[in-house]
Amino acid sequence: MRQFLIDFNRLGIAARGPRAQPAPMPANTALNPDTLIEIDHVSFGYDSSRTILQDVNLHFARGKVTSILGGSGCGKTTLLRLIGGVHAADSGRVVFDGEVIDTRNRAQIYRLRRRLGMLFQFGALFTDLSVFDNVAFPLREMTDLPESLIHDIVLMKLNAVGLRGAASLRISEVSGGMARRIALARAIALDPELIMYDEPFAGLDLISMGVAAKLIRTLNDITGATSLVVSHDVPECMSISDHVILMANQGRIVAQGTPAELMASTDPEVRQFVRGEPDGPVKFHYPAQPMADDFGLGATP
Amino acid sequence: MNGLAKLGARALAVMAGWGHATLFFLDLLRVLPQAMRRFGLVITQIHAIGNRSLLIILASGLAVGFVLALQMYYALVTYGAAESLGLVVNLSLVRELGPVVTALLFAGRAGTSLTAEIGLMKAGEQLAAMELMAIDPRARVLAPRFIGGIVSMPLLAILFSAVGILGAWVVAVGLIGIDAGNFWSIQQNKVDIWRDVGNGVAKSAVFGVICTFVALYQGYETQATPEGVAYATTRTVVISSLAVLGMDFILTALMFSTP
Repeated sequence: MRQFLIDFNRLGIAARGPRAQPAPMPANTALNPDTLIEIDHVSFGYDSSRTILQDVNLHFARGKVTSILGGSGCGKTTLLRLIGGVHAADSGRVVFDGEVIDTRNRAQIYRLRRRLGMLFQFGALFTDLSVFDNVAFPLREMTDLPESLIHDIVLMKLNAVGLRGAASLRISEVSGGMARRIALARAIALDPELIMYDEPFAGLDLISMGVAAKLIRTLNDITGATSLVVSHDVPECMSISDHVILMANQGRIVAQGTPAELMASTDPEVRQFVRGEPDGPVKFHYPAQPMADDFGLGATP
Repeated sequence: MNGLAKLGARALAVMAGWGHATLFFLDLLRVLPQAMRRFGLVITQIHAIGNRSLLIILASGLAVGFVLALQMYYALVTYGAAESLGLVVNLSLVRELGPVVTALLFAGRAGTSLTAEIGLMKAGEQLAAMELMAIDPRARVLAPRFIGGIVSMPLLAILFSAVGILGAWVVAVGLIGIDAGNFWSIQQNKVDIWRDVGNGVAKSAVFGVICTFVALYQGYETQATPEGVAYATTRTVVISSLAVLGMDFILTALMFSTP
């Protein structure tokens, strides 16, 4: 697999349009050369009554695997969508390689998106296309490469995820784990600088999970891309990450550091999450009125 | 006062919905040239939307032709005008029934299919995946279907009318015994290719825009849940049908206001 990826990188795909040319940096954007993405005092809610992220500040290092861990609904996936320019922050700014993302600027958004790949939680594969055509899709749409070269690239990408033999299958014929690997092959088809993984381990069996984790790490090391992994699978993320961020409700950063630092933490909230304890600082029960009120106990006639 | 506020809020929401749909329509027009560059996708959609609607359109056209010939004969024979049967059937089909019934059938067959397809693509995050690949789903997914619907509708309406006239011929000449030469010659003499047939085709093209746009818009803007897709599919049929019937009156008044 490693050799195939190295070969692929040597091909030097020329994407159609202005690719990989960062726009001039605004004067007020201080850029740390090691930082690819900066989340600067970002707040966001899908509607005014529900805040998903509240004043979040984060930096994602270039060329590293960073995992964002946290419970369901804490805003992890929303954070990825903000980075991808799917939603605009209500306040604050998202900076990608020194360029502030402006979701109203469609040309800028599409230019930035050509530099990233995203693995969706359920793959988001095109069900009317074959496995081969799914991986070929971004190559056919975004480049002017001849079909013979696309054929070779797609097979190399599928080989990298161990599914070269499944190229002719329809999406309805592959398992959930295979679908995730096909989606990964599609996400890396254009050699993105940033790969975002949304729950890459959800619903996978132990073998598939191990394979997926190894793939993420290997791809990152070989391609030099920056990887963001959103998950609540602690052991797998700890095993492949350079940096781990533990997020709680409304995007509150509980802790961040290397996997070893988080594993050694004595903070009760960190320990609860890392050990998977059902109750602790993070309550098992959703806030509710007293149980006696709900069941009508103790009510006077 | 509270009721007045609710009424105002409702009116504002309706106007916002219309504004959003208008902007969506303009955006769709903007990306149409990109769809023409992917002509293979357009051909695929003409096949999917048009060819697969063919059976229901032809069967309905034939049945309408049969019934129309019988009903018109019963009415015309009372006044001794049975020889006008071919003309009456032809004008009814070409001017009104062909475009309108085809559009209603199209909304039920192809419109619901488009809405469900786009809605499920949205629910499966396929549209979001395209967006994040820097591929505009409006250009890649919606525009070819829009063109496919606009091209298919007039062709289907023409076939509906043609099969309807053949059905009427079977009943009029075969069952009732009207002279075949009279049946065809009165049509040849009295039906104007531009005023009657041309306007009928123009009507069906307008209905094609309406039905396809409504189907795509409802699918694209649906809530990405099973209930949302089901609701959007129903709305496609209701809105398309009402819009077609309303627009038919306006177009008829504009096209055939002079005798």
